[in-house]
Amino acid sequence: MMAALVVGCSSSSKETLTVYNWGDYIDESVLKEFEKEFGVRVIYDTFSTNEDMYVKLKAGGTSYDVAIPSDYMIERMIKEDMLEKIDMTKIDNYKYIDDKFKNLDFDPSNEYSVPYMWGTVGILYNKEVVKEDVDSWDILWDEKYKGQILMMDSQRDSIGITLKKLDFSLNSRDTKELELAKGELIKQKPLVMAYVVDEGKDMMIGGEAALAVAWSGDAVFMMEQNEDLGYVVPKEGSNLWFDNMVIPKGTKNKELAEKFIDFMTRPEIGLKNTEYIGYSTPNTGTLELLDEEVANDEVAYPSDEVIENCEIFLDPSDFLKEYDRIWTEIKAY
Amino acid sequence: MVGKFIKRFYTFLIFVFLYAPIVTLIAFSFNESRSRGKWGGFTLRWYKELLYDAPIKNAFYYTMVIALLSAIIATIIGTIAAVGIYNMGFLGKKVVLNLNYLPVLNPDIVTGVSLMTLFIFINLELGFLSMLLAHITFCIPYVVLAVLPKLKQLNKHLAEAAMDLGATPFYAFRKVILPEIMPGIVTGALMAFTLSIDDFVISFFTAGKGVTNLSIAVYSMARRGINPKINALSTLMFLGVLGLLLIINKRTVIENKGGVKK
Repeated sequence: MMAALVVGCSSSSKETLTVYNWGDYIDESVLKEFEKEFGVRVIYDTFSTNEDMYVKLKAGGTSYDVAIPSDYMIERMIKEDMLEKIDMTKIDNYKYIDDKFKNLDFDPSNEYSVPYMWGTVGILYNKEVVKEDVDSWDILWDEKYKGQILMMDSQRDSIGITLKKLDFSLNSRDTKELELAKGELIKQKPLVMAYVVDEGKDMMIGGEAALAVAWSGDAVFMMEQNEDLGYVVPKEGSNLWFDNMVIPKGTKNKELAEKFIDFMTRPEIGLKNTEYIGYSTPNTGTLELLDEEVANDEVAYPSDEVIENCEIFLDPSDFLKEYDRIWTEIKAY
Repeated sequence: MVGKFIKRFYTFLIFVFLYAPIVTLIAFSFNESRSRGKWGGFTLRWYKELLYDAPIKNAFYYTMVIALLSAIIATIIGTIAAVGIYNMGFLGKKVVLNLNYLPVLNPDIVTGVSLMTLFIFINLELGFLSMLLAHITFCIPYVVLAVLPKLKQLNKHLAEAAMDLGATPFYAFRKVILPEIMPGIVTGALMAFTLSIDDFVISFFTAGKGVTNLSIAVYSMARRGINPKINALSTLMFLGVLGLLLIINKRTVIENKGGVKK
């Protein structure tokens, strides 16, 4: 019986492509389309954090043809020789990727990754409660909003914005600067209602909290659900993030993987994904097809000025344990 | 009078705590809005989308197949192991029982990572087989622990008596011992089945491409937001289990009345 089951699962002799992506981060009809057009089978798995994905790929034992990690994780995987170089001549649609999303710090010569989605980190606020203009991270430290502030339960994000508030780089590798950030976060702790991941969205939509640190893509969704919400990338600057498609080492079908990446970069396919996920596309072709109202939305597509003021997370490599320590001390305080 | 009221109220409270989350989940599976923070009106949309959602259906399929197979295999191995342990000498029994406790007390992540390391070490590609083996592995100790007490309650001379009457050892085991310890075996099997459906950590480390169970699928949505389709699926699973329990209980009642209880 078992043998029948195992065989039953891999009975088709078609070529297969395995994809590893974030949960609920694609319009699934796109996968079907790819299967039909190329006469292949797609095996699609999901993960919830870059670190989870890294552990699975690093351990070996299972290999994927395409994965979609974020910026700093791509840098780390390049450093550890876990990624294949992509033959960009085979990615015809690479021309649609906006130039401002090329040659980024984590993949300076565009050899390993093709952008999939991007966004910023900012402050989401409820206009009914917050009557003043929001333009600085300082508002998250304002006693007035005690018990109404949501912070991200994510060390790089929370420490990062605090470093920005203090006018440091969010990739700081200076223990003194990190200690200052720690002091700030501990000072802020009594004001914080909760450290949240996904559940924060519902609390903001329901009006339970007044201020939250949020990703722009989620902010768009929350603002659709609750008209009182506003989103701002503070003037001190913030984090600019990318989820890019890469080909991990150990792929059994690099050519097909490249075809898939090219397929995903097609403007119409990008449109389907962007509309389903609601995050920002780096694809100029998709942008043209996109509903005008969405394409002109400053939350999803901020001005170049705002973008230039932002930093991308770099891989802290061995310094990561300092971040771990600081975050543990903040959470345990 | 007051005492009775307090008792009832207390029971009521327990049920509220147990079932309020499930009731909420069921209610929100009919919510038009994607958000759990806002009621957008009644809809069956999520149930409909669930029907066409290949990854979730795939995960459900693997969850059920793995849970069934691992429960069956773990129950067989666990029962045989329990009989063996029961018949061991004092010292051997102690040692083996303690070894049996270790995987139960071990944090899941230790079991998960070590199994993954083992599978990679012996060059077993992570996938269906590795996940099944992992599930069988962590279910066996629970089956042993469920069956052993039943064996201890058994009359020591039962097997001997059967064999005195001409039964072969295997026949005696099958016809005399097995029915006696059946409640323990059923408990063990149910426990294994539930644990297998419930497990995330060990599954995550031992699953390979294409083989995802529901816990992994749901967990991977945690960053972006759980899709309401999951509410719909959970509602269906809850109703399925409820229905199954009702049928089983009804049958037991009938059997008891008819006096054919084993």
